[in-house]
Amino acid sequence: MAVLMSPPAVRATPAAEPKPRRVSPTATVLLLLGAAYCLLPVLWVLIASTKSASELFNTFTFLPSTHLFDNIAFLSGYRDGLYWRWMVNSAIFAGGGAAVSTLVSAMAGFALAKYEFRGKRTVFNLVLAGVLVPGVILAVPQYLLLAKVGLTNTYWSVLLPSFISPYGIYLCRIFAAATVPGEVLEAARMDGAGDGRAFFRVALPMMRGGLVTVFLFTFVAIWNNYMLPFIMLGDDKLFPVTVGLSGLLNQGATQPAMYTSVVTGAFLSIVPLVVLFLTMQRYWRVDLGAGAVKM
Amino acid sequence: MRTRGAPYGFLAPALVLFAAFLAAPVVYAGYLSLRRVKVSGLGLGAGARSEVWAGLGNYTRSLTDPEFVPSVLRVGAYGLVVVPVMLGLALVLALLLDAGRTRVGTFTRTAIFLPYAVPAVIASLLWGFLYLPRVSPIVDVLDRVGITAPDALSSGWVLYAVANIAVWGGTGFNMIVLYTALRAIPTDLFEAARIDGASDIQIALRIKIPIVGPSLIMTFLFSLIATLQVFAEPMTLRPLSNTISTTWTPLMKVYRDAFVRNDIYSAAATSVVIAVATFVISYGFLKLVGSRAFSQEN
Repeated sequence: MAVLMSPPAVRATPAAEPKPRRVSPTATVLLLLGAAYCLLPVLWVLIASTKSASELFNTFTFLPSTHLFDNIAFLSGYRDGLYWRWMVNSAIFAGGGAAVSTLVSAMAGFALAKYEFRGKRTVFNLVLAGVLVPGVILAVPQYLLLAKVGLTNTYWSVLLPSFISPYGIYLCRIFAAATVPGEVLEAARMDGAGDGRAFFRVALPMMRGGLVTVFLFTFVAIWNNYMLPFIMLGDDKLFPVTVGLSGLLNQGATQPAMYTSVVTGAFLSIVPLVVLFLTMQRYWRVDLGAGAVKM
Repeated sequence: MRTRGAPYGFLAPALVLFAAFLAAPVVYAGYLSLRRVKVSGLGLGAGARSEVWAGLGNYTRSLTDPEFVPSVLRVGAYGLVVVPVMLGLALVLALLLDAGRTRVGTFTRTAIFLPYAVPAVIASLLWGFLYLPRVSPIVDVLDRVGITAPDALSSGWVLYAVANIAVWGGTGFNMIVLYTALRAIPTDLFEAARIDGASDIQIALRIKIPIVGPSLIMTFLFSLIATLQVFAEPMTLRPLSNTISTTWTPLMKVYRDAFVRNDIYSAAATSVVIAVATFVISYGFLKLVGSRAFSQEN
């Protein structure tokens, strides 16, 4: 077996936090410093979004003020709530893209893991090459091809390229191999289930945990993708929030009053992802070296 | 056998999408990179501009472009800062968490992973403001103790300013990957060493790090690929700084050539060069370390 599958958590207390043996002050201080570094900009944006335009540049950075709701109201009023359209667009791109991409990856991963067929090796090598070819470099030729069929500047121009995720297929294949026993599929077939039924009714539920992880990673990847929508979309009503806010920042360079809106918008845009991230925390476990998605 | 066609059916959506949005763009970029526009007459009217074979002209033009080489060198320097710092931090933090010598494990793990939820554009925006001397708390605090902080967005510092954003955004993700790998090591592999009096540091260096080697290789590879395509961070910082040119990174040059100058042929050639270089570097790296990760099972 070439890809190392690591055994499921073998430690005595795998789920819980390891019990502190002797508490080391050095370890504690270093970890807290790391946490402070990572939380600093998030804390800053939370505080800065409570400041009025003049306070942003004139009061001490970490001194909160009382203008959060004014700022949100002002941002919401900007061109008839354009900001909220951007948020909805991001949700459509990331939610729709990740859902379809996960299903496509699950089907392909399942086929690669559970069937012997002609061309299997070629398909798998293609997937691996796809993992190594950086997606953003494809953005320009993708744009030109989609322009030929008249799809640029539509939702589809961002959704369609995000439906295919070689890394998602790679993860799904490992996950199908690890969680769907061949005997269970055989049993389903004996009971007269066709291949489609065996996949949707038997394999898919068994892969569910891993698919949630694949969905989350794809969701974040699409939400964070900047270059693809930046190139594909011209109409700012179709922008996801990342492209919209960077455009707003550009305007801020000439009218500094916009900066308050940019900061408030940045703060509001990370709230849903932080919530998603905190609630789904137990699914964020990927062991790249072992190539395994673990639950 | 009735299952004969089934795997192809399951693969069909992936293969169609792969062909349309990965393979076709790669082939099309390759084709465009060998073409150029021929202007006849004054270049006015229909038919005055036609596309003709260009040979390797776009490649020589791209590779000898006075702005291309500096952008490659800049990204090289950027990668030399980002990759070791980010992975070093991720490994140290993962080992500290795994050693279980602290009561703040859960909190710090969540806090350090949190930046992963912040898109690069938003992260650049936040740090951009933190870099602006008029807003920056760092400048403020240093000012109070009488130190004049360097301008993070000045030409001497801007590379590190962008690198810091990437390190901030990527450390937590890599830490979780390495931490997951560390948690999978059976404890009896180092319990014996511990009873023999080995210190946590010895156990980390001699036992844990070698075992998570494959994970380190993969995090290194993915970080390298991400580094070569840096785009969102410098693009976002541009309005705040005049030290970031339109060709600051190779991918920014591709964007400018394609969409500002409408020279898609040169952009295609540069894209192909970047893609081939990325592929060769990552494939070569995997060969070099003899990694078995990413190869066919069985």
